[in-house]
Amino acid sequence: MSEPKGDLDLDRSIGDFSYPEHHAFDAGYGLTRDTVNYIADVKGEPDWIREFRLRALDVFESKPMPTHWATKDLETLEFDKIRYYLAHGQRPTRSWDDVPEDMKQTFERLGIPEQERKFLAGVEAQFDSEAVYSNIQKAIGEQGVIFTGSTDALIKHPEIFRKWFGKVIPTGDNKFSALNSAVFSGGSFIYVPPGVKVKHPLQAYFRINAENFGQFERTLIIADEGSELMYMEGCTAPKFETATLHSAVVELVAMRGAKIQYVTVQNWSSNVFNLVTKRGIAHEEAEIKWIDCNIGSRLTMKYPGVVLKGRKARGEVVSIALASNGQHQDTGAKMIHAADETTSNIISKSISAGTGRATYRGLVHVPKHLKGCKNNTECDALLINTDSRTDTYPAITVRGTGNAVQHEASVSQISAEQIFYMQQRGLTEGQAMSLSVNGFVNDLVRQFPMEYSVELKRLIDLEMEGSVG
Amino acid sequence: MKSLVIKDLHVNIGDREIIQGLSLTIEPGKVHAIMGPNGSGKSTLSKVIAGHPDYTVTGGEVLMDGENILGMEPDERARKGIFLAFQYPMEVPGVTIANFLRAAVQARLPEGEELEATEYYYRLYEKMDLLEINRAFTSRSVNEGFSGGEKKRCEILQMAMLEPKYAILDETDSGLDIDALKIVSHGVNVLRGPERGILLITHYQRLLDYIVPDYVHVMVEGKIVMSGPKELALELEAKGYDWVKDEEPAAV
Repeated sequence: MSEPKGDLDLDRSIGDFSYPEHHAFDAGYGLTRDTVNYIADVKGEPDWIREFRLRALDVFESKPMPTHWATKDLETLEFDKIRYYLAHGQRPTRSWDDVPEDMKQTFERLGIPEQERKFLAGVEAQFDSEAVYSNIQKAIGEQGVIFTGSTDALIKHPEIFRKWFGKVIPTGDNKFSALNSAVFSGGSFIYVPPGVKVKHPLQAYFRINAENFGQFERTLIIADEGSELMYMEGCTAPKFETATLHSAVVELVAMRGAKIQYVTVQNWSSNVFNLVTKRGIAHEEAEIKWIDCNIGSRLTMKYPGVVLKGRKARGEVVSIALASNGQHQDTGAKMIHAADETTSNIISKSISAGTGRATYRGLVHVPKHLKGCKNNTECDALLINTDSRTDTYPAITVRGTGNAVQHEASVSQISAEQIFYMQQRGLTEGQAMSLSVNGFVNDLVRQFPMEYSVELKRLIDLEMEGSVG
Repeated sequence: MKSLVIKDLHVNIGDREIIQGLSLTIEPGKVHAIMGPNGSGKSTLSKVIAGHPDYTVTGGEVLMDGENILGMEPDERARKGIFLAFQYPMEVPGVTIANFLRAAVQARLPEGEELEATEYYYRLYEKMDLLEINRAFTSRSVNEGFSGGEKKRCEILQMAMLEPKYAILDETDSGLDIDALKIVSHGVNVLRGPERGILLITHYQRLLDYIVPDYVHVMVEGKIVMSGPKELALELEAKGYDWVKDEEPAAV
């Protein structure tokens, strides 16, 4: 990692860039009790949150890096050289003119709308996100839906927030959930009242645009009995972040009969460590579905999970990971069956190109006393080049009788004969690769909302161009 | 000069010479058939013309309308008008025939020009009607789980859409029952025309009952040893390839 300087000048590969920043105030480098207190002060938080943060800091410091199972690359993280908080309103300002030409071209080729480009390039929000966001809030607010930021929620809606916050993913779940608990800022809070079905997907885009990205986002979504909601986070454009460590925590609660779909599409710049903890609790007859696409980053570790707590609860993870040169996608899913007749489904497809590495880690747990539980796991890996790598670590513990588990895994490689066949029809080698990869993930891409699936295809084309030759 | 000219072609795979000085000229509007026993180098010839990377050309030229294509990538040759109907077409899982062909047609447009979707589908359906192919066919993934006959029909449909100047059909009859053979032959006959040169590669005379060639060539051990009118195929069928081998000194 590069040494932090007053003016950041990070070496980035294609599409990445650097620019000068001017931070009037921030929490400085490194993580101490002072950093945590500073964050609590700036955000004007109640004492219980301050105490929660400080306890989390102790847990973070006491936990070792999980390198006994995860990659040693984690050891290159230098926690004392990271800035943990930049206050709202003290963000860097820069104009569209400062954005490098090659990055503008990337946006052009991805077909990102003009206004969205400015946001993605880190240009200070000048457009109507605030207005769009408040319109959304107003429309769903009439149904009693709360859609706001985590800080706002813990101050304005403590009775709901406090009941669920940190309950799905306890602070001590892992080292990075503890880190997030100590320094979190940003992220969404959503509460959907009983029986309310939110018609349109709620997009993080407009909300975080109004408030800026956080490195340590904290999202909590509660769907009350019989309600339904789809939430979308991220977008296919590369996120040009100055911070190299991102560690989010996302907690979902689906009460009896509720349905939550959580869609993520992320494309990080190649210097980013993206270490995320995502989990949901599904009560009786509730359904939680994670749809997840991970592209870019130096290392992504993410295993969305569902705790199937109530009878007949359902959990599903659909994930696509694309690891290009120098990237490591360590992703998977966790399904914890904790009631009778619960079902879970995991479908994972990964693509490793160049020196990219994709790892699948799955955990399916069905204890002995349960009856009528079902799990289906399919994980397919596609290797593009001979030096690409894929690993699969499925851990399935199913005890007792009357529970059914099915596991299928495959590894395939695009053959030279297939590429020749496609080239004979007039496609370049790169186009042939792209089309093959798109074909490989096609059935999963269809599960993404329309606008994402179109962008995903374009993005795969762009990524593959860089992996050929 | 409009034609596909193969001049004194020598081809190796590894250290072994597979094609040993082959010359042949295919004019637009003509159908040439190459027949020969197994291992004579027929399929190698088709792959070399298409630019398969496993083969090394050690001598000779392949000129398309006067331009040497041997230095070009397979896709460039394809866009210039070379089409190979494969003996064993490859599967492209998850990619529908419609999308595959769309990408192939798009690849032939000038840079920056977008294929108009409705026009494309109009043309696709037109060709499918011409070849008597069911509409549902193109929403299947390319060659995935296809029968032998379906694979060959898929090849012919691609040929119809891509409108090549020179089409090489490698053992198009292999693995087809008589009904499938009739259907595929019908497709090829529909695509014959004054603008298109066709090279049929086949082991059996049977195909030539349905696609009647203008010329027949006999290939043995990497060389064309005999050429003649379409009747040559019948003579060959009656007398067998050994007859040609015996005749060889006289024919050269």
